[in-house]
Amino acid sequence: MIKILVIAEHLDGKLNSSTARAVSAAAAIKPEAIDVLVLADNVDAIAAEAAKIEGVSRVLTIARAENAHPLAAVLAPQIAKAAAGYSHVFAPSTTFGKDVLPRVAALLGVAQVSDVMSVEGTHSFKRPIYAGNAIITVEADANTTVVATIRTASWAAAATGANNAPIESLSIDVALPSHTRFVELQSGKSDRPDLQSASKVVSGGRGVGSKENFDIIFKFADKIGAAVGASRAAVDAGYVPSDLQVGQTGKIIAPELYMAVGISGAIQHLTGIKDAGTIVAINKDGEAPIFEIADIGLVGDLFKIIPELEHAIG
Amino acid sequence: MKILVGYKRVVDYNVRIQVKPDGTGVVTDGVKLSANPFDDIALEEALRLREKGVADEVVVVGIGPADLTAHLRNGLAMGANRAIHVVTTDSVQPLTAARIFQKLIEKEQPGLVILGKQAIDDDANQTGQMLAALWDRPQATFASKVEIADGKATVTREVDAGLEVIEAELPAVITTDLRLNEPRFIKLPDIMKAKSKPIDSIEFASLGVEANDHLKTTHYAAPAKRSKGVMVKDAAELVAALKQKGLL
Repeated sequence: MIKILVIAEHLDGKLNSSTARAVSAAAAIKPEAIDVLVLADNVDAIAAEAAKIEGVSRVLTIARAENAHPLAAVLAPQIAKAAAGYSHVFAPSTTFGKDVLPRVAALLGVAQVSDVMSVEGTHSFKRPIYAGNAIITVEADANTTVVATIRTASWAAAATGANNAPIESLSIDVALPSHTRFVELQSGKSDRPDLQSASKVVSGGRGVGSKENFDIIFKFADKIGAAVGASRAAVDAGYVPSDLQVGQTGKIIAPELYMAVGISGAIQHLTGIKDAGTIVAINKDGEAPIFEIADIGLVGDLFKIIPELEHAIG
Repeated sequence: MKILVGYKRVVDYNVRIQVKPDGTGVVTDGVKLSANPFDDIALEEALRLREKGVADEVVVVGIGPADLTAHLRNGLAMGANRAIHVVTTDSVQPLTAARIFQKLIEKEQPGLVILGKQAIDDDANQTGQMLAALWDRPQATFASKVEIADGKATVTREVDAGLEVIEAELPAVITTDLRLNEPRFIKLPDIMKAKSKPIDSIEFASLGVEANDHLKTTHYAAPAKRSKGVMVKDAAELVAALKQKGLL
């Protein structure tokens, strides 16, 4: 029997939309049940949100003070126990899922399928390798639990609102380690849309030139209601913090509109934006590789073009 | 303290990967191979900890065929004290790699294991986490800053929401992110010195780790191509095009 356990990702008492994307991937398998597991100190608000996601059969909660912060060493033994009776365990392929799920897989003694792009069968999946330059089809062992992270950019979030799945509290009897402790989260909180779920993203690259110059990107993004991203070069140069990095080793995103400004387009960057609806490239070098995948290209000086764009938008 | 460093050889990050027309793999014949960039960062961090006096020995570990020794010599030239070469011609998946490291840990008793957060060939991002589970020790993945004091590591991690700081009691597993450091270049005299540093070869079969391809790859394909776009001549044209698509 196919039963899928989806691990909920959340922050500050709110469910992350990556969870509903992982539910979409689970639904593609057409299982008998999709249960969402919420591990937190205060589970109620998060569980209530998860219960509304279409396709969810039950929401299971483990409320423990130790689950206040997502420490893989603490969460993994609980997830591994809760996984008993499930054929599949899914989590979003965000830094949360990437951190915790391989630890779960190892506790279960099974492999993990990373970054599932599509479901080809109950145990068959497509995933990217070599920064997305090759797509492989992998078959997981049918006799063991399938543990997989879901490439969120490949899956639309399951609809929310119509469902009212039952919420049940789980009591898991497992000793938790104290060898790993949360200290703090330094979060660049802003009123801008979240980079991973935004419908529009404006990214800047090395061509922006400095931390101060990056203001032009932020200002333009605010004008059109977009999230801000960056290439690795811009992050490495210290223009913006690392959580804005888009690409193979940063965030993989799929906004409706992606505007790459002063980004040359290394393959490692392109892999992070391939699923975007419309890609716009603005670069002074007409030979830049970004133009090879852009839907709309404009060659010129970004410091001249961005103000002109703002003016033309009105 | 001894530090074990995972040092994988992969197709160089500048190579444009081509999928074989029959879908059986990617073209690797005659392609430039280099250290996984994240593993260079792992080795650099270990060397810096040794230079600070936190560690006294840095051991690079490679898993692969006989000719992997040339790659391990690069790790020795960069500054590792010695190398361990687990010899196998089979492909090694993350769970097997983690089990191999677990066996080496039993023998070597390191205070710290530093691995790259992912290898840029399979992009799995699993081995460090799996090893920490099997070893039943802390993991600090995606590290951009590491401080070791009083038997614990304080690690800043690059997470989606920003920078997370955690404390991990040693021994522990750390996996590296891009901003942790900038690896040093290998100098010619170091290449000469590396020739006399020891490489221990261990046959994979002698470790007692089950050889198993847990996941079977049945097909390789090139990614779907985006269709060719259009060029616009100025900002006004761009805004018009985006408005027409309903994006502005």
